[in-house]
Formats: sequence, C-alpha cells, structure tokens
Amino acid sequence: MKILNCPMNGPRNIEEFQYLGPLRRAPDPAISDDTQWAAYIFRAENRPGLITEWWRHTPSNYVFLAERNIVTNDVARTYDPSELRGAA
Amino acid sequence: MPLRLLKYGLRRTYPVTGDIPATPELKANYDVVIIGGGGHGLACAHYLARHHGIRNVAVLEKGYLAGGNTARNTTTIRSNYITPQSIAFYKEAVALYGEMSQELDFNVMFSQRGQLTLAHNESTMRSFHLRAETGSFAGIRIEVVDANDVRKLCPGLNMDDGGPLEIVGGLWHADGGTARHDAVAWGYAAQAARKGVEIHQRTEVRSIEVVNNRVAAVVTNRGRVACGQVLVACGGMNYDVVLKAGVELPIRCYPLQAMVTQPVKPWLDTLVSSVSLHTYLVQSSRGEVVIGGGSDPYQLYSTRSTLEMKEHLAAGAVHLFPFLGSLRILRQWAGITDMTPDYSPIMGASPLSNLWLDCGWGTWGFKATPVAGKRMAECIATGRVPDILKPFSLDRFDHFALVNEMGATAASH
Repeated sequence: MKILNCPMNGPRNIEEFQYLGPLRRAPDPAISDDTQWAAYIFRAENRPGLITEWWRHTPSNYVFLAERNIVTNDVARTYDPSELRGAA
Repeated sequence: MPLRLLKYGLRRTYPVTGDIPATPELKANYDVVIIGGGGHGLACAHYLARHHGIRNVAVLEKGYLAGGNTARNTTTIRSNYITPQSIAFYKEAVALYGEMSQELDFNVMFSQRGQLTLAHNESTMRSFHLRAETGSFAGIRIEVVDANDVRKLCPGLNMDDGGPLEIVGGLWHADGGTARHDAVAWGYAAQAARKGVEIHQRTEVRSIEVVNNRVAAVVTNRGRVACGQVLVACGGMNYDVVLKAGVELPIRCYPLQAMVTQPVKPWLDTLVSSVSLHTYLVQSSRGEVVIGGGSDPYQLYSTRSTLEMKEHLAAGAVHLFPFLGSLRILRQWAGITDMTPDYSPIMGASPLSNLWLDCGWGTWGFKATPVAGKRMAECIATGRVPDILKPFSLDRFDHFALVNEMGATAASH
C-alpha cells in the first residue's frame, strides 16, 4: 500500500486518490498557433525524474498538486493549488 | 560413459553453434544502428539483412535480448481494431505471423485460435457492430455473436451473473491468436545474426550526438558509434532515448501488469477479453492461465508490481471464470508501456533526417512485431515511408489527425 500525503486530509492510501496527470500550462490563445496548441494538448511531462502533477482525493473531492519522481515513485511534496497562483 | 555417446560428443559438428552469437566488439561505425534489442528491433534487422541486403547493422540492447516488453506482454495477436488504417496495418501483422515459422526456420508456435471480446451491456454491443462491419469491409474475420454463441465458443464462462456485468454478447475474431514471444525474438535474432547483423547486449545508449539536423553518432557505455541511419525501437524507454536526440514525443509511460496461475488441464482454447473489466485471459501451451490488463493509474518508469493491480486482475478473472479462484498465482510481472494520446503507435520519420521512429507501442506492440520490423526496414532502406505507415506519423499530432484506438484494447484507462 502506497501512502499519499493529502494537504487537506493528511496521509491516506493512494487508492483513495485519482490521478489527473501532469501540470500543463496553456499558451495564450491570442498569440499561439495550432502547433503550440497541439503541443499543449498532446505533449505532457514524461521526463524521468521529478514532475509536477494533479491529484484528487476522491471522497473529499479535493484537488491538489504533487511533486513526484516518476522513476523512483517517491513523492517529494504535495501542496494546495493556491501556491501555484502565488507563483504565477 | 557409453562409447557411442563419447564418439557423438567428439564429432566435429558437435556442439552445435548457438543461435545467437556472443556480443562482438563494438565497431566505430555502422550503416544502421537499431536502439532496442526486442522483437521490433530484431525484426527490422532481419528484414534489412534479408530483404534489403543491408548487413552492416548493429542492434544495441541495454539489458539482455528481448528482456523488455517482448518478454512481458501477454502474446495476443489480432487485427480487430477500430479504424480502417489500423485494421489494414494489423491485418498484415497477422498474415506475417502465419508465415513466420517458415520465414525464420524457427517454430514460433503461432496458434490462431480466435479471440472473444465480451460485452456486458448494449452500448458495448453497438460499438462491436461498428467494429465488425469495419473489420469485415477490410477483409478480416470478425463478427458479433450473442450470448448463446458465447456459451458455445467459451464453455465455462460465468454467463449467469445477473448483475450489471452480466455477459450479453461478444465480438468473435477468428483471426486472433498467440505466439511464443521469446521464439519470435530469437527467431529474428538468429536469422539476422546469420546474415551478419551484430547484436550487442548490455550496450546502453547514454547520449546521442546531433549535427546539422541528423544523428552523427550514439554514445554507449562501450564507446561511440557513428551511424548512417538510426532506428529507435526500445519500448518503455522510447521517450527517454528520443529525447536524447532533442525530440520530445507525445508519450507518457505507465506500467502494465500481468500474472499467470499454476498450470491446469487445457480448457480455454480461445483468447477471452473484457473491456469493462480491464481483464484478458489466455491459457498458455503449458496450461498456465495468463491474466493481463492491469495498467497502473499513474505515470511511472518502473516494472514493479502492486497488490492493488493484482487484486484487480484477480477480481476480473474470477468474475469471468469463478473456478479460477481456487488456483494459485505462479508468477507476476510488469512492463513499462509508452502510451500515446490516441492509443496508436508512432512510426516513420522524425524531425531529424536519419532518425526513424518505431515508438508509442503502449500495450499493443507484440502483435505488430513482424509488420513494424518489415515496414521500418523499408523506411530505412528506401528513405520513404510506405503508405501503410503514413497514418501513424509523428506529425499527426501537429495536425490533430489522430488514429483513435481507445477502447480497442482491454488493457487500460
């Protein structure tokens, strides 16, 4: 059993979570072309190593971010999406 | 020791030479370098040597021969896909399996016993009608069958569940079958080696030198190799290897898990698959029940197994055949699948002039081994992508021209 540390609910069995895929940043539609949109839609982070990704705690419907190493499966940290807005 | 046995042992023709020679010294350059010593890469090497006369070829394999996804799949061969482009391609694969043992002078144990995909509701039956019509039009053997036919085709199936997963019908694909996965790889390797192809095991590509929009050389743990043409066919590591050449593929890696039970008497002579249960079963020639279909829910470059996925596979298998609950699991494993957004492979040209792609094989690669090898060899030998591969080009993702095969496999998502 793998444990994921939910920022709101604390450490829980990973079976309680839904994976929503890597964080993607949409290009500005006003200045981007079809190729850039295609890249945004079809190309997601897959480099061996640490990636930032979305997860949802299903029973509480709480969506958050995790930084996880996709080779070792170690979760470096999990945090609330408000941090993302702070960084932007 | 009996004298006759001693005389036999001392004959000049004994011992017979092995099918696959030991790894030779790595040369400084080759006409073609194939990254990945699995079924696809070895098939391509065979076709290059035998059909195109290109023999200065090196196959580079990080681990041991065919030890990646070639060893980890569940050996399903079929052509009952959704789109006409895919059906045409996989139909050629099935035909090549039919003649493979002759072509390779190596028994690959191709067993064309038919595949039955189960429907548990009416919406699945509707999609089966579409697949049956599309497939029949393309000339493959495929038909929708009702619950009574399912009973006849596959005695022992739990047909009386009564719940939301009750079996209401199926898609019968008489062309479906299995082959011995190791034999496929060894057969291609033996034939390719006989024609002069060098197979380098334990040779890992560490970096790729790109000069003027072409691959000049690959750098391995055993030295630098200059190359005329390069093919990437290394399964779960395709994204990472192609990235070394500066090209980012639309691929995400997920483990796919499978397992086998202890051997039992032959009872299941078809391949059985359920998309709703994400489970497929086949009885191997040894009697073991091979159970596959467990794609992990999140991205990972790992071949570890999890109890959760094994429980999921066991639940699906026991639902279909309740007596399997009394069998023990003998072995379990996982492979890294390189999943594309449309569940179709990426084959043909890359943005670099001499780098060829045989990637994005996700959970569906084994069945394509001969046709991918043959057609990629054609690309490399002629410099042109044959029509049958054109729908699967990398640039389809730039033009939103996807070949959607989601739902054509019971494996995942």
